[in-house]
Amino acid sequence: MKRIGKHLLKLLLTLMVGGFLAATLVRLAPGFGTDEEQLDTRLNSTSLESLNKDLSPKENLATFYVHYAARLLRGDLGMSRTLDRPVRELIAERLPETMKSVVLGLALGWLMGLSLAVVTVMMRSVATDGLFTFLCGVLLCIPAAVWALLFVLARAPERFILALIVLPKIYSYSRNLLTRSAGLPHVLTAYAKGLSRGRIVAWHVFPTAAPQLLALFGVSVSIALATAVPVEALCDLPGIGQLAWKAALGRDLYLLTTLSVLVTAITLVANSGCELLGSMFRAREA
Amino acid sequence: MKWLRAAAIGFLLIVAGASLGANFVAPAGYAHQFREEPDAEPSRQHLLGTDDLGRDRFSRVLYGTRVSLLLAPAAAFLSTLLALLIGGAAGFVGGRFERVVMAATDLFLSLPWLFLLLTVRALLPLNVSAITSVGITFALLGCLGWAGAARVICADARGMRQADFVLLARASGTTGTRLLLRQLVPNLWPIVLAQFWISIPVFILTEANLGMLGLGVTEPLPSWGSLLRELQSYPAISSQPWLFVPLIVFVVVVGSFHFLLRTEELPA
Repeated sequence: MKRIGKHLLKLLLTLMVGGFLAATLVRLAPGFGTDEEQLDTRLNSTSLESLNKDLSPKENLATFYVHYAARLLRGDLGMSRTLDRPVRELIAERLPETMKSVVLGLALGWLMGLSLAVVTVMMRSVATDGLFTFLCGVLLCIPAAVWALLFVLARAPERFILALIVLPKIYSYSRNLLTRSAGLPHVLTAYAKGLSRGRIVAWHVFPTAAPQLLALFGVSVSIALATAVPVEALCDLPGIGQLAWKAALGRDLYLLTTLSVLVTAITLVANSGCELLGSMFRAREA
Repeated sequence: MKWLRAAAIGFLLIVAGASLGANFVAPAGYAHQFREEPDAEPSRQHLLGTDDLGRDRFSRVLYGTRVSLLLAPAAAFLSTLLALLIGGAAGFVGGRFERVVMAATDLFLSLPWLFLLLTVRALLPLNVSAITSVGITFALLGCLGWAGAARVICADARGMRQADFVLLARASGTTGTRLLLRQLVPNLWPIVLAQFWISIPVFILTEANLGMLGLGVTEPLPSWGSLLRELQSYPAISSQPWLFVPLIVFVVVVGSFHFLLRTEELPA
């Protein structure tokens, strides 16, 4: 319980610092209080002056942050300037869509990546290892946005793109971890005693690599969430990735920073959960 | 695998040479429009045809490659330098300072890169020129990409702090900056170099993603992101397979960096 409480406190503190940094970044940015409308050559000087007055910051940094934090505590995430709708409503509408893609992508990516890594470790064949490494290397060289376009062209299910992006990273890291575990003295002894390869991997190799694999899972959540931006934007999937892209194009800073803080929170929860599970695993192993 | 590495180095040298000499190799400037020949097919004059604005695609690939191949290593240098300063100092000093720095690094690592890049990119003033936008895009990549490398360097520096040769140096009276510069930094060099090589393909890929979303280098300056954006013209692709050439060059260049990386990682 103490460990969980410590993790929660760390999470809360990190989120507060992250929120403060996000608010400060928005307020001090050179583009704060500017809009594309200001570049409209049809506007006369009076209209421009009134527009500038409307857009110019009305509060100093301290007041801005206090108001920002107070609003957040009330659960008020503000209004989206470009979409003219409450940010909370937009997130509630779009987050499930992204989470569906992320969960499916992670499940598939992990299943394929880990399976390939296990096959490599079990077979101990240079050719298999070389083939899988080459295939994953090719996947690693193609940007997510290109995958998105190719999937749209091929009319393939777009949700699988996340799996393709996560797969090579899962494969390369888990392969290294499992290979390292497979070389430990107790595993070599198990081989020498004639235990089957499957049994060795399941009972000796996996448990040793489990804490690091859990940490890798936390990292893969962050990768999947970041990949959601180009995939949803180019495949027209109505998730928070597409929302972030629209907000960036429309310079909707409140929406964009709220989304960044939200995604940071999800990543932190995933990482903390994995770290906690990993430390519990290590304690049990010890 | 030595021949593969040699092939990767050879390919990168050819691509780098051609792109650096784009002023002499390219048949036209990247912004020059052949207005009477928009969407032209490949010919002797235009090796990869022209885009919808009549600009020679081969020239744009060369200039775009130059932008990415010059600035991605520059961004990688910036991020590795920051990682060395932050991670190296934290590992060398240790104690509470290390804990605070690593907590900040953890926070940075938790921030999803692309969301952060989109946010910072959207915060910039409206009237940025193409040259400024390219500089800003890669500078942002450099400034935001240090955290992972800093963690690795810090772990290595922490290990070295207690190493026998450092204890011996301390015992012989070497302290502070001298110890850092003469003993630690030279020994951190392999890992710093590995982090530098790791960052380059990552930054090239990130710029490509940003460019394809319309948030990277602004027109008319080409970059791989804006070149790959042409793949969005779906109806044209089936009849114009040469639109895939920039993608093929891109994949081979990033793949070549990965090949270099595998061997550069070994000393680390």
